[in-house]
Amino acid sequence: MEIFAQQIVNGLVLGSIYALVALGYTMVYGILGLINFAHGDITMIGALVSLTLLQLLAAAGLPAPVVLGLAACGAMLVCALLGLSIERAAYRPLRRAPRLAPLITAIGVSILLQYSAALIWGKQYISLPPIIEPLRFTLFGAQLTSLQAVIFLLACAIMAGLLWFIKASRMGRAMRATEQNPDVAGLMGVNTNTVIAFTFLLGSAIGAVAGLMVVLYYGIGHYFMGFMLGLKAFTAAVLGGIGNVAGAVLGGLLLGVIESLASGYIGDLTGGVLGSNYRDIFAFLVLVLVLVLKPSGLMGRSGGDRA
Amino acid sequence: MIAAGHPVLRWTTWLAVALLLLAAPFLIEAVLGRAWVRIADVALLFIMLALGLNIVVGFAGLLDLGYIAFFAVGAYSYALLASPQFAVHWPFYVLLPLGAAVAAVFGILLGAPTLRLRGDYLAIVTLGFGEIIRIFLNNLNRPFNITNGPQGITLIDPLQFGGFSLAQSHTVAGLTFTPAHNYYFVFLACVLLSIAVSLRLEDSRIGRAWVAIRDDELAASAMGINTRNMKLLAFAMGATFGGVAGGLFASFQGFISPESFHLIDSIMVLCMVVLGGMGNVYGVALGAVLLTALPEALRYVGPLQQRWFGEIFVDPSDLRMLLFGLALVLMMLFRPSGILPARRRAVRPSPAGAGRKPHAAG
Amino acid sequence: MQMHKPRHAFTALLAAALIAGCGQEAPPPAPKADAPQTPEVVTVKIGSASPLTGPQAHIGIDIRNGVQLGIEDLNAKGIEIGGRKVRFELVAEDDEANPTKATTVAQKLVDTKVAAVVGHFNSGASIPASKIYADAGVPQISPASTNPDYTLKGFSTTFRVVAHDGQQGPTLARFALNTLKSKNIAVIDDSTAYGQGLADNFEATVKSLGGKIVAREHTTDKDTDFKAILTKIKGRKPDLIMFGGIDPQAGPMIKQMKDLGINAGFIGGDGMQTPNFIKLAGDAAEGAMASIPGLPKDQMPGGKAFLEKYKAKFNQEVELFAPMGYDAVFVFAEAMKRAGSTEPAKFLPEIGKTDYQGVIGPIAFDGKGDLRSAPITIYVVKGGRWEPLEIIKPDGGGEPAGAETPAADQAPK
Repeated sequence: MEIFAQQIVNGLVLGSIYALVALGYTMVYGILGLINFAHGDITMIGALVSLTLLQLLAAAGLPAPVVLGLAACGAMLVCALLGLSIERAAYRPLRRAPRLAPLITAIGVSILLQYSAALIWGKQYISLPPIIEPLRFTLFGAQLTSLQAVIFLLACAIMAGLLWFIKASRMGRAMRATEQNPDVAGLMGVNTNTVIAFTFLLGSAIGAVAGLMVVLYYGIGHYFMGFMLGLKAFTAAVLGGIGNVAGAVLGGLLLGVIESLASGYIGDLTGGVLGSNYRDIFAFLVLVLVLVLKPSGLMGRSGGDRA
Repeated sequence: MIAAGHPVLRWTTWLAVALLLLAAPFLIEAVLGRAWVRIADVALLFIMLALGLNIVVGFAGLLDLGYIAFFAVGAYSYALLASPQFAVHWPFYVLLPLGAAVAAVFGILLGAPTLRLRGDYLAIVTLGFGEIIRIFLNNLNRPFNITNGPQGITLIDPLQFGGFSLAQSHTVAGLTFTPAHNYYFVFLACVLLSIAVSLRLEDSRIGRAWVAIRDDELAASAMGINTRNMKLLAFAMGATFGGVAGGLFASFQGFISPESFHLIDSIMVLCMVVLGGMGNVYGVALGAVLLTALPEALRYVGPLQQRWFGEIFVDPSDLRMLLFGLALVLMMLFRPSGILPARRRAVRPSPAGAGRKPHAAG
Repeated sequence: MQMHKPRHAFTALLAAALIAGCGQEAPPPAPKADAPQTPEVVTVKIGSASPLTGPQAHIGIDIRNGVQLGIEDLNAKGIEIGGRKVRFELVAEDDEANPTKATTVAQKLVDTKVAAVVGHFNSGASIPASKIYADAGVPQISPASTNPDYTLKGFSTTFRVVAHDGQQGPTLARFALNTLKSKNIAVIDDSTAYGQGLADNFEATVKSLGGKIVAREHTTDKDTDFKAILTKIKGRKPDLIMFGGIDPQAGPMIKQMKDLGINAGFIGGDGMQTPNFIKLAGDAAEGAMASIPGLPKDQMPGGKAFLEKYKAKFNQEVELFAPMGYDAVFVFAEAMKRAGSTEPAKFLPEIGKTDYQGVIGPIAFDGKGDLRSAPITIYVVKGGRWEPLEIIKPDGGGEPAGAETPAADQAPK
């Protein structure tokens, strides 16, 4: 039972990270119908920028909360600008091109981001000494740190904030209008270019927060770290119903728990035929199953022909 | 003067091309060294892969990001049945068709559940499929050892015609045929066959049906095309090319392990197709040659940097990836139909849809 | 084949470019200085093949540096082979840790007419390349490939100066059972040829000696989250966790172990015995153990000098395999001296008879080309540094090779 509780905690924290990244995918997809392949790598840039800032600021002897705040702001700023410029340079010219074109461009951007990062930060794993020693406590027999709790709560808080923003704010209304029909939204006086740019900005900034959390949690950064994370997060977004903000978080948490339980128990359940070596397959299996059986995901609208 | 297109001119051109292709390994060896003959071999294999992917992406418009899986399936089919792994040594004329068939089955397995998906969803699922295959190959060494896991399979039999092993050097009429030369001629034959098949397919009913599906699936099915079967056929045909290329690769290398079949290799083949020109057989072949030779040429950039600047600023392998990424983006932005655009596209009247570029690849 | 000349010109150009590329401190003045006195200086090319770019570049460059240092030391000594003065020359190639590239690079080295090759790093590169060297009759010593399969192809040209997985894994296992007295052991590998090979050999030996494996888990060489498998392992209450893999995983893994409150020991192979492991793991690294083939370098005759020379020349610490690369060069030179020839065909048989005292310890080969059971040192992290804990000499006494060979033979399958 203790072990089971621990696995659930592991899964929820991992899932929260997936959820934070999945939000960026789902927002862009909701508005443009585009899989922003590069989003995982934007998260990676966010992680590495915050890692560098954390190292520099901590070395400068600033108090920990200030260090964290500045690193978060810096990473969000860099990622937001990056997201904006990628949208402007690579995606906007292709907005009315056939579907394959922006997708291939996105793959190209993803490669460009990875290897630019390799140039800037090198290809070594970069380590981060702990900024704040987290508090440890026990919940239902599971070991938990304050950082894990923060990551989980942050994912929920950002989701709630986004939901409120999209529902209540003027920009949120414009986003919903653009999502439903960009042309009509344009006729109604919505500047769709601004709305789309803003979506990229917001999604990328949330990606930066996710990157910061990854760095704080694992204490490690690497130019290739965004790839698998992005893929898992995309799976999470699809699982929850792509385009749906609450679905992204739900999907992320679910995927995290599925992975955690699967790698924890599959070996015993199958008598050693499968094992934790198949962990990465579960995400892909979930992806294929959802797409084939219920393409709209758990919380998606049915009947949409977005796919 | 002989007018362009005159049979004599055409035949002379073909003859010259044929002679050049036959003499190529010796010319390459003389000018660049024997290592480049091996590079030429690899380029030929990649042409086959790119031609196979071109059927799926270029003809049928289905973006497949896990194509290297079929290459892996073909390679492992060959390796498992022609190595000490199971102490089985079947001949290549059984194994290559078998590899093609197994790959085709995998193509259908991948295609069947994903038929409903379009564009980007399909891309992600195929990507997942590619990774699943690799993860299985890497882990099927327990509880029973099938693939030997990450250690890979070694001592794979070379191609052998009777007593003539391609893995040995032979001297014929004063010319030394090293293994690299031997494989060159086999690979060349396979590539020519692949090109012929691709060209025939393109002009066939099937090829036209694929293009119709690519351009407008709804319209295609309204015209009576069985889109389900046609898409499955595209996956199967494309996979076949990959399967054969994989078998050849296994025999050529004598050693395979899952690390040769990463996502990055899938993307590399996709780059070849996109850069060369989706749907254009010659363009795709050109893309494969360019992208195989480019990294080799870039190797000289490292030492040059060091000589000029005293240190290496950009790893040649990084530079290559940066150039690939840039090429994908720039091609899509400025020349979406590739270096050699598909010819059918050029003669087709542009669609009425406003804003749609006539050359846009679909 | 009338066009031989341009090819040679190209090769020469390439070689020149490469030599020029390999650090300005390389000794180009040497030939000028020697030339007037002894006109009969034979130049012998030694190839070095390892990943110089890509994620494993730091290890590959380390190997290249070791080879370069070996060649410079030999040249400084001034060696005579068969009565003629010999100057060694480095031809370094980058195999990108890619099996296909490795065969191309191997062919390139053969084209350049190297007398011998030190390489490659990855087993996945060494194995396919070995065929090309064997076809050309060029001897190859891998400084770092630990896959037992590498020497099982029956090529007379294939050697290595590193303990393979079938030697290191069992040694670790015996250390765990006999010295640490571990009762319940959990094993994790990173699903790579190296990590899994090591872990499999470890597990097999533990089982054959009557030890208990309570869990066998896997991760990948890209993962950073090990909580799920560690939680499962926690439920099995092991007193030791063995990890087959490298530092980017080992560091975060031991950290997450402490987060989960697992109080087991942590032990691994040479892939995690790096300064980076301690950096990645922070305080959690304390007490972690890892093995490295060979004696502690500063205890070896010439070891300390080697470390200092390396530091002075390349302005960095030895990463991992530089000493192996360095020794490999000397093994070649010694064989050439004994054979009195720099022709691969002539000195190849002498390599098998090597009995050389290198930086990494005594070097002698068995019939397959593997290092005869060399000592293995276990290190432990103490006060944020790797300190030698125990030196495990090959057991069995009398004939050291006898004790290890059966284990090695069982190892692959």
